[in-house]
Amino acid sequence: MYQYNSYDQTLVDERVSQFRRQTEQFLAGELTEDEFRPLRLMNGLYIQRHAPMLRIAIPYGLFSSTQMRMLARIAREYDRNYAHFTTRQNLQFNWPALEKVPDILEHLASVEMHAIQTSGNCIRNTTSDHLAGVAPDEIEDPRPWCEIIRQWSTLHPEFAFLPRKFKIAVSGSVRDRAATQVHDIGLQMVRNEAGNVGFEVLVGGGLGRTPIIGQVIRPYLEKQHLLSYLEAILRVYNRYGRRDNKYKARIKILVKETGMETFRAQVEQEWARIRDGLLLTEEEISRVSAFFTPPAYDASAAADPQPETLLEDADYQRWLQHNTQSHKVAGYRAVFVSLKFPHVAPGDVTDHQMDVLADLADSYSLGELRATHNQNLILADVRVSRLPELWRALQAEGLATPNINKATDMICCPGLEFCSLANASSIPVASDIYARLDNLDYLYDLGDIRINISGCMNGCGHHTVGHIGILGVDKKGEEWYQLTLGGSSANEASLGERLGPSVARADVADAVCTLLTTYLDVRQEDESFLECVRRLGITPFQERVYANH
Amino acid sequence: MPIIKHGHIEESSWVHLADEDALPEQGACTVSAERWLSAREELSEAAKAGRLGLRVSGDTDLEAIAGDLASLALVAVAFASLADGRGFSVARLLRDAYGYKGELRAYGNFLPDQLQFMTRCGFDSFEFTSERDLEKARALLTEFSVSYQSGTDAPPLYRRQQG
Repeated sequence: MYQYNSYDQTLVDERVSQFRRQTEQFLAGELTEDEFRPLRLMNGLYIQRHAPMLRIAIPYGLFSSTQMRMLARIAREYDRNYAHFTTRQNLQFNWPALEKVPDILEHLASVEMHAIQTSGNCIRNTTSDHLAGVAPDEIEDPRPWCEIIRQWSTLHPEFAFLPRKFKIAVSGSVRDRAATQVHDIGLQMVRNEAGNVGFEVLVGGGLGRTPIIGQVIRPYLEKQHLLSYLEAILRVYNRYGRRDNKYKARIKILVKETGMETFRAQVEQEWARIRDGLLLTEEEISRVSAFFTPPAYDASAAADPQPETLLEDADYQRWLQHNTQSHKVAGYRAVFVSLKFPHVAPGDVTDHQMDVLADLADSYSLGELRATHNQNLILADVRVSRLPELWRALQAEGLATPNINKATDMICCPGLEFCSLANASSIPVASDIYARLDNLDYLYDLGDIRINISGCMNGCGHHTVGHIGILGVDKKGEEWYQLTLGGSSANEASLGERLGPSVARADVADAVCTLLTTYLDVRQEDESFLECVRRLGITPFQERVYANH
Repeated sequence: MPIIKHGHIEESSWVHLADEDALPEQGACTVSAERWLSAREELSEAAKAGRLGLRVSGDTDLEAIAGDLASLALVAVAFASLADGRGFSVARLLRDAYGYKGELRAYGNFLPDQLQFMTRCGFDSFEFTSERDLEKARALLTEFSVSYQSGTDAPPLYRRQQG
């Protein structure tokens, strides 16, 4: 993974000093609340319902055991012994004290971490494929490009006060696991007819109140032009994006109102002017790429016995089947660690679990971890022969829940209990659904299915791209929930279609169960839930859910 | 009116003229871009004498004033609020795309915390609407010793001469 040089370290250290000064000025009354707000937001600090929330950047989801241990320590010393992994591969602390935040940042800087641009109207943490570098279907490792974007976007002098937040995702694989079609800019690595690899550039996608699938602005961009093209898009957006209404300020609205043809012409005109000055050098591309060269895999691993022959234990076999995935190197697998336990908010981990995972990363996976945008973790480079030991170690800590991509592997925002924007609870709704799906055979019969829950229409739980989406709404002080079907953020992304009138809080789990049993009744052979909804439309599901209403 | 210019605190002699006010006989003043565009002839004497500046904002059509920039001693870019980030791009375009060489001033409602970014985008003077401690603000011009990106002052880090 990328290691800071003295230049990178100086920048992060100076940012800590800057934020310490800003916090002190605020506490001394020299900065007003209105002045301090954008400054603290730009450093990941929200004032939430109960306490400040601090969001830490995990660039493209990749982090080391050393960093994990520091996060565990911060959870212990400055928070309530837990932390929360988010849907954008970041980590949040929900209970830090404002005046302690500079100290937390100083600890983070000591392990090459920061909270720069994890919120606010600026370029956010760049996200990517959680299987980058190990996926068998990879065209090229996207992480060097993520790091190049990270550096370009970090404290960019021109784009720190955009109309609204700006999110970039990069995918290097045929299968899009980075949700590139629902980002402000999505970069999909593609091979052109000449056999060269570059970027297909999408713009104007996004979730939130007005979910929109991104459109291709440029089908093929040569790699050395990446930053000039991004800069051209951002400059056009910064000048013309709406600032009169925060709900219409994302680039998706600008693209929609301007029209793609005109928007593209504006970008290309600006790009033509600046492209030579921002040309990435071969030296820079090589320098950054060198941090992501494949590690020294053991060639003898290819001859290891097949993983299913290693241990005759039903629990191990289930975990192997559902929580591990094939690796591009024979004899290795990527191991998912589910952070979806019963009665716990999706994505939450304790300081103790974090320390354990850091140790396991050291012992089994080259000291690295990854956070997924589905709020789980990955040990990406595990030798097959060691899977049984790793499974036992995970199981001992309750970290082997075999439900990856299953109905209980829900994405969920913090909801009413934590967030000042939310209209309704989401974590308790997830718990209700979870409790109804405790039979593993039933869960596996349902196959891969994504249930996403948001406590308000800002959509942090990505409900619009859930195969089943659940959106909390406030109706005269009561919590009600709208259901959508057929959303997806994978290739051929789609937005969910609204099923019908919203249902009461107490009926949500019932309604979801009805959707699931309907699927089992009407599916054809190997058809997944999503494929089934796409084939039949929502009508058969609608009829069953609203049959008694 | 005290301002920060080229890193120093000094008095600014520029007066910001409202559109309905007549051009004074002497002294430096700025006019709005709209006024300039509708009364260029009338104002050109003052411009030639080096005592005319232009006020622009994120709404200004830069293309329309591009040809006049060489005759202006000052361009002042308005910041309606500290969240109005359009001025950063306006400054970069004035410098890089339109080659403006004169004084480029940020004025309006912004924060001392923004000065270093503004400088990197091409501003060389700063006029706050509200009262600020300019000594403290001046210190923030050099708060960071490093930067990755290109600005009007430097190419991107990866294209700078190393060592």
